[in-house]
Amino acid sequence: MNIWLNFLIDSLAFGATFMYGSTGEILTEKAGHLNLGIPGIMCMGGAGGCLILNMIGKSGLPPFLIVILGILGSLILSMLCGLIYSFLTVTLRANQNVTGLALTTFGVGLMKVIMSKLDATVYLIGPKMMYRWPFAGRQDSLQCLGVLFFLAIIIVLLSSWVLFRTRVGLQLRAVGENPATADAVGINVTRYKYMATCIGSGIAGLGGFYYIIDYMVSQEAYLSLEAFGWLSIALVIFALWRPHLTIIGSFVFGFLFSCSSYITNISWIQVTMATKPLLKMLPYVVTIIVLVISSIRNKRENQPPASLGLSYFREER
Amino acid sequence: MEKQLALQMRGITKSFGPVVANNHVDLDVYRGEILAVLGENGCGKTTLMNMIAGIYFPDEGQILIDGKEVVIRSPKDAFEHKIGMIHQHFKLVDLFTAAENVVLGTESKEKYNLKAVNAQVAQIAERYGFRLDPAKKIYDMSVSEKQTVEIIKVLYRGADILILDEPTAVLTPQEITRLFDVLRRMKEDGKSIIIITHKLNEVMEVSDRVAILRRGEHVATVNTAETSEAELTEMMVGKKIDLNIHRSTPVNAIPRLVVEDLNLYNAEGIHVLKDISFTANGGEILGIAGIAGSGQKELLESISGLQPVESGKITFYNPKKDRPVSFFHKSMKQVRALAAKGAFHDRNLNDVTFHGMSNKAVRKWVQNGDVLFREDEVMNLRDKTPLEIRQLGVHLSFVPEDRLGMGLVGSMDITDNMMLRSYRKGKLGFLNRKKPKAQAEEIIRELEVSTPGVSTPVRRLSGGNVQKVLVGREIAYTPKVLMAAYPVRGLDINSSYTIYNLLNRQKENGVAVIYVGEDLDVLLELCDRIMVINGGAVTGIVDARTTTKEEIGLLMTKTDERKEEDA
Amino acid sequence: MSTVKKNEVREPLIHLSKRTSVNPVRAWAIRIAAIVLGLIVCGLVAFLLIEKLNAHPEKIGDFYTAFIKGSFSTSRKFWKFLKNIAILLCVSLALTPAFRMRFWNIGGEGQTLVGVLGAIAVDFYLGGKIPEWLLLILMFIAALLTGAVWGVIPALFRAKWGTNETLFTLMMNYVATFLVSYFLVIWVPSGSSSLGKLKYGKLPSIGNDYLLIILIVVALAVALYIYLNYTKHGYEINVVGESVRTAQYVGINEKKVIIRTMILSGALCGLAGYLIAAGLDQTVTTESAGGQGFTGIMVAWLGKFNPLAMILTAALIQLLNQGAAQISQDFDVSGAFPNVIVGIILFFIIGSEFFINYEIHFRGHHGLAEAGKEAVK
Repeated sequence: MNIWLNFLIDSLAFGATFMYGSTGEILTEKAGHLNLGIPGIMCMGGAGGCLILNMIGKSGLPPFLIVILGILGSLILSMLCGLIYSFLTVTLRANQNVTGLALTTFGVGLMKVIMSKLDATVYLIGPKMMYRWPFAGRQDSLQCLGVLFFLAIIIVLLSSWVLFRTRVGLQLRAVGENPATADAVGINVTRYKYMATCIGSGIAGLGGFYYIIDYMVSQEAYLSLEAFGWLSIALVIFALWRPHLTIIGSFVFGFLFSCSSYITNISWIQVTMATKPLLKMLPYVVTIIVLVISSIRNKRENQPPASLGLSYFREER
Repeated sequence: MEKQLALQMRGITKSFGPVVANNHVDLDVYRGEILAVLGENGCGKTTLMNMIAGIYFPDEGQILIDGKEVVIRSPKDAFEHKIGMIHQHFKLVDLFTAAENVVLGTESKEKYNLKAVNAQVAQIAERYGFRLDPAKKIYDMSVSEKQTVEIIKVLYRGADILILDEPTAVLTPQEITRLFDVLRRMKEDGKSIIIITHKLNEVMEVSDRVAILRRGEHVATVNTAETSEAELTEMMVGKKIDLNIHRSTPVNAIPRLVVEDLNLYNAEGIHVLKDISFTANGGEILGIAGIAGSGQKELLESISGLQPVESGKITFYNPKKDRPVSFFHKSMKQVRALAAKGAFHDRNLNDVTFHGMSNKAVRKWVQNGDVLFREDEVMNLRDKTPLEIRQLGVHLSFVPEDRLGMGLVGSMDITDNMMLRSYRKGKLGFLNRKKPKAQAEEIIRELEVSTPGVSTPVRRLSGGNVQKVLVGREIAYTPKVLMAAYPVRGLDINSSYTIYNLLNRQKENGVAVIYVGEDLDVLLELCDRIMVINGGAVTGIVDARTTTKEEIGLLMTKTDERKEEDA
Repeated sequence: MSTVKKNEVREPLIHLSKRTSVNPVRAWAIRIAAIVLGLIVCGLVAFLLIEKLNAHPEKIGDFYTAFIKGSFSTSRKFWKFLKNIAILLCVSLALTPAFRMRFWNIGGEGQTLVGVLGAIAVDFYLGGKIPEWLLLILMFIAALLTGAVWGVIPALFRAKWGTNETLFTLMMNYVATFLVSYFLVIWVPSGSSSLGKLKYGKLPSIGNDYLLIILIVVALAVALYIYLNYTKHGYEINVVGESVRTAQYVGINEKKVIIRTMILSGALCGLAGYLIAAGLDQTVTTESAGGQGFTGIMVAWLGKFNPLAMILTAALIQLLNQGAAQISQDFDVSGAFPNVIVGIILFFIIGSEFFINYEIHFRGHHGLAEAGKEAVK
């Protein structure tokens, strides 16, 4: 395959990790909660899926069942993390930044403990071919476009549709913008916050699982996962809180990240090793620029949800 | 045609702690009528309506709808009984369109379709004669459009009884006319409309009947056609009550603060102060009366440098000609700067420049009282920040309405709150808490602030004590002008009298006191002159000793003629 | 129809209200109870994760004593304990002025890292060419300067355009990380994987290698306590943090305060970077800040942004960290185990704040609930 095409597909495949992560974060932020626990949640999602696969990887179950059970495992652990986060920040009105950071500390740590106990020959070698359907076995980067990749696209589009085209989405956005108003018109603010955080966490968790089982397929994959959790949070700003824009954003981020490994292969581009870190820095710099420009332009639609980071307590005025 | 009863309230009582907001109120509303609920600020109108709308729950009494007793526990219950209330503070999501706000929170089995909602909203708007684009975002809307959205929101939910809390307070005359047209159309449609207001002309114009509340009690309900503005005013304000506030006759009142043709637009671009002109004299209390939200807050804030004004003059006069200079209100630096400008002369009318003199020598000379001002001091306060006003040496004290959100820092203790005005004193970067602490102790002692000690966060004090701390601090700043916005709001009788006495003492010391109040009885007994404002414009300045409650009441509700010309 | 519903139904089962006053004894009792509960949960989680413990439940005693053993069993461990507290405390102290101002600086990680980078850059280029004392001073200046620059950039945008500082500072962390990798590529000769320990630019040892660092940080804690509570700047920070409207009312320029305070906050993070660079590592890696910028946020928050109380909270976190590290050694479990323990304990402490700040009324206590509502009005 053409090296350029290979590179572009690879960027897209890489980007699916962030698509999951940032779509999950967008749902949570739309409910008014800045969840800095996303890196931890993604790690736990990865660990949950691998944990199940470690049990059933060699069981001889039908492949589709193994695929589904792995996904379920990923969802369960990451949604549990989401539940901890929502209990602390919604019910107990704890500081969101501190809770999120604690969750990341916890999630990353627990994932590493769990993963160190798993057997890569069981959870990875066999199942990876099932997850990489329909392009399993190819030698180019098309092989990474597996079940979870397409699921990512579906989830992203579905999230955008729900957020901007349905009653539920409208009410969720109202909760994040102005919880007091939402409360006054009879929306159950607490329920929406819980649902958005838990579902968002589940989605983000799948990103971690995808990264380990489909994109990287290596025993050490989990060690680099945390960084991509943070990148997912950056992508939320880049995508201006719109899930469908994360497809473009994650492609760009994926492009810049995998650039550094491809660019050295292209003879006619003169690059030094020093260019690599600068390329990897670009996504963050671009995110900052987007953040600054959107705050200068001050277009209301492109701002963070108005109540982001604030706890809601009905009787506080 | 026999009128049909829509809503009845029987013996409704509601109290908040020791304060009885509504005392056995009875009220009837018929189908197809507009009922005005009239009363002064704090007479319990809004509380009463909130009980129909499900915000509060009555302590006693019954609510009947179509003759059947109902229990309304929440706004949702109210909607189920087809009651909708449009609050003064809109509850809208700024980022959403009109239609999105209308549909928010409603449950429907139909598929959510914004186009259909847009059409429905447009249909309601057309039916009653509103002008509204359903796809317009709230943040792009004027206040009147936002109000329209709120009304449509209520109609969309099928309300038959609409309650509007001071709907005209924020509207222009044309918008009011349009709103009244809409209300009349809704009335013809068989809806019951309750409008809370204190503007008499509007009551006369739009309502069928008027219910008057005074101090939480229902005074009377009369047919609008059979009454007059004068009669309504009398029922609304009641007989004058003797409060026995000591008031001295002003001695040689001299102009201190002169405001000329002041105009201000607020952040939303609304013209909130219109050509305001007045003079506040030293040694006098100038009262400002008016319906809440007529521009009182904005006026005081623009004088104190917190809001940039559009046009006009704010001038501070200090009659200093041939009087000795002192360090009381000025620092050494300021005194030297003024001397350099030739502002001083000595007993022999020679210029004093202090050129080449040491600070010590200057201090001695000044303290001997031999350095005199050549002219009266006239200072422009417009477009100055609070800090710049202070640096000019103008002692302007301001007791804002929002005590804990603006005047004081709730989490800080009394000593630290004393420092808010004075913490910059002293050369080094360190704070000196000695003086503020002594000051705090003095205020606690003098004003009988009940607190465990100087290190108690002010948030933990009761309302009256918080206010004593705030007023005490502002007075300790030895002001020349003292502005106080609603300084006795929420205070008990004793604390209120403490505040009145403090203000009186300041007046006797020659301070120009500006008192924004809501209780007309207090204004009449405390102030020397009363300026009445309505809709951001002055409707009259009267002598407090000779005027009557009725006269002020009429001025408060009088529409500014010029406003009509603008239209 | 709702006509038959009784009035009592209206009162919800649980009613919450904010406490107007906090009883310190009660507050500490709740916090300690939370930590004890957290430790019990840690034990349960350990049973699940650690085979050795699962097979020998009687070793649970060793599990808990490891928390003491980890920090106090040898003098080397104890000094390491103190040093770790010092560095963590230094970062959290640096963040405190910003937090007091309600400026959510979560960029401590990046500000510290560029501090290390700045100091090492000076060391790399000038080490050996100028006297050691001058080198140390220049490293110090470089570290503070780079940290301050990293801190003030988000502050400028926040002051001018209200740009969200939480997200901005977070992004600056990663820019810093890759800036370090960039310089490492330039500095490290090809073939070598890391910069290695530089020969010059080491803070002198006074009795113990770590003592100087510890003393510096203790002095900083006291100085910052004084700065925040007894100076005009500190006072302004508090006023701006509490209410911008009050600040304007008394003529404080809140933009100036934001910028000034973030310069300080960033510079102090740079100081932490200097202590890491000159006091400990003499090198820089992308991991030089070691996540302390994030842990520091939690330390500062747990200590209620009081520099002296933060000494205690930093010690608590380090105690857990080293104890859990001891456990992972003794019980043969992944080196990431301390994070799990710290995470769990943090959840419990964070959760306990609710029970300190809010009052919970159950149905039936009408009077109290109503009184609470009025107090709010």
